[in-house]
Amino acid sequence: MTINKQQEGTKLVVALEGRLDTTTAPQLETEFKRSIADVTELVLDFAKLEYLSSAGLRVLLSAQKVMNKQGSMVIKNVNETIAEVFEITGFSEILTIE
Amino acid sequence: MKELTVDAKTENLDRVTDFINEELEARNCPLRTLHVIDIAVDELFGNIANYAYFPETGPVTVRVEVKNEPLCAVITFLDRGVPFDPLKKQDPDITLSAEERGIGGLGIYMVKKSMDGMRYEYNDGQNILTIEKNL
Repeated sequence: MTINKQQEGTKLVVALEGRLDTTTAPQLETEFKRSIADVTELVLDFAKLEYLSSAGLRVLLSAQKVMNKQGSMVIKNVNETIAEVFEITGFSEILTIE
Repeated sequence: MKELTVDAKTENLDRVTDFINEELEARNCPLRTLHVIDIAVDELFGNIANYAYFPETGPVTVRVEVKNEPLCAVITFLDRGVPFDPLKKQDPDITLSAEERGIGGLGIYMVKKSMDGMRYEYNDGQNILTIEKNL
């Protein structure tokens, strides 16, 4: 998985490419720990993300909890497979998907 | 039927996924279906890697086969770790808010919901877990 970041002030856009799974989720967790402390607007771009597993959901959930306290988090460009994962797990109710 | 045996370690997930994808791509499995299967493989292999032999490790064998009528991928995981029937695991409450949410059980729940068949048996000291997905 590749992580591309773009920061403008307190807005951070994180674009993921590949698979967010058991092996790659820790990478994203580390990235969030490092970079979202002062962010008020977190945008996750999933245009190039193939799919995610529950290991990825875990990382998204903890980021959502942090952002609930300090700003907003939005997920963009979700493909059908990922939308289905969010639907099945009830995450579509917890996350903001655009 | 093809078979691959690796150590039950998360770093071997890519090998297992590639092995299964190669077999299913050769049978023209649609990409979306392939991704759904890959997610299930991540959850089940991940579970075995994290828990079956904890804190040691041991072997896991993955079998993949495509059956006809209906066209169906059949994937089996065999390990000799602690007996664990994922079908007996209680489904998580998926209506809780972000703050109340735990993440336990979500992976297996997703597999149950997204596959067309799932069965477990413990036989001869082996966990044998099989999933089926129509292609």
